Amino acid sequence: MDNAVTAKKKWWNGGHSPFSVSYGKLMMWYFLISDAFTFGALLIAYGTQRFMAEAWPDPNVVFHAFPFMGHMDLPLVFVSLMTFILIMSSVTMVLAVNAGHYMDRKAVIKWLSLTIVGGIMFLGCQAWEWTHLHEVGAWWGSNPFVNHDGSAALSTNFTDFFFTITGFHGLHVTSGVVLNIIVLINVLKGTYEHRGHYEMVEKVGLYWHFVDLVWVFVFTCFYLL
Amino acid sequence: MAHTQNANDRQAAIKSIWKTFWILLIVTMVEVGLAFLHLYTGFPGKLLLNSIFIGLTIVKAFFIVAEFMHLGHEVRNLIMTILFPLLLFVWFIIAFLADGDSWKNMRKDLAPGTPVKKEAPAHAPAHH
Repeated sequence: MDNAVTAKKKWWNGGHSPFSVSYGKLMMWYFLISDAFTFGALLIAYGTQRFMAEAWPDPNVVFHAFPFMGHMDLPLVFVSLMTFILIMSSVTMVLAVNAGHYMDRKAVIKWLSLTIVGGIMFLGCQAWEWTHLHEVGAWWGSNPFVNHDGSAALSTNFTDFFFTITGFHGLHVTSGVVLNIIVLINVLKGTYEHRGHYEMVEKVGLYWHFVDLVWVFVFTCFYLL
Repeated sequence: MAHTQNANDRQAAIKSIWKTFWILLIVTMVEVGLAFLHLYTGFPGKLLLNSIFIGLTIVKAFFIVAEFMHLGHEVRNLIMTILFPLLLFVWFIIAFLADGDSWKNMRKDLAPGTPVKKEAPAHAPAHH
């Protein structure tokens, strides 16, 4: 009887959930698509300027410093650490979501707190990197780096795009940390325990992983290519 | 009975999360390793190296979206709804990077001090 009905079910005529996700999660996905286009537009604008330029600074020369290491030449090491921190915080986030599925409040608190710590560590690293670059004279409208072929900088495109895009990403990390803290407070208050599900953790989790995803592309575009 | 099944599912999910973590970590380490290899030996060449970097970036993006964001386990309709709009990026990237390259070439040809290219003389004057 039930099978006969299922065979004729029209999924798109209402009364069903064709995507079989909740409204909130679907809307988070739609928001993330639009945000992906925003970041995509910024990164492609950067790529266009780079293709337009005769010469461009070498990332291995620009990004070579590490805290407390003085003038040691350590290309890529610090940004690799930042990448590791962000991947790690994505893992703790997904573990928090997993704990939420099983209504394990204690585990949600543990993993969500670690995610927040990871986010703050990442922001600390970024603050150090920006401070260091500012000290050597880099800022919006100021590009002190020589190009890979030894010629002096022709424009400030390199620093303009670097600070705009990593800044926009850092802003996303900041708002992610704030959202995580709000959700953590609700977990501590028992709001989701009372509600019967931890879906809010999943929704901020989606946002948090997206921020990690964007960093994967920023890392490639600015530090590797 | 149901409780042990639940616990087993949970353990399996946690195991797969850590598996994804190791994949992401190893891919990133390979990327950094290749960057250092290029820095000290000049191998692989810049074009090949950049192609590998872009390929590995897409691998990492796939694992983050499919596993961490759980999209790989959602209904097919939802996966398509999210991925198809992103195909616009294919046009977006090709069009804009080609535009940048074309601007560079125009600037080179029109920069002050660049000798004007003479039109190639016709081999045979036209008869009237």
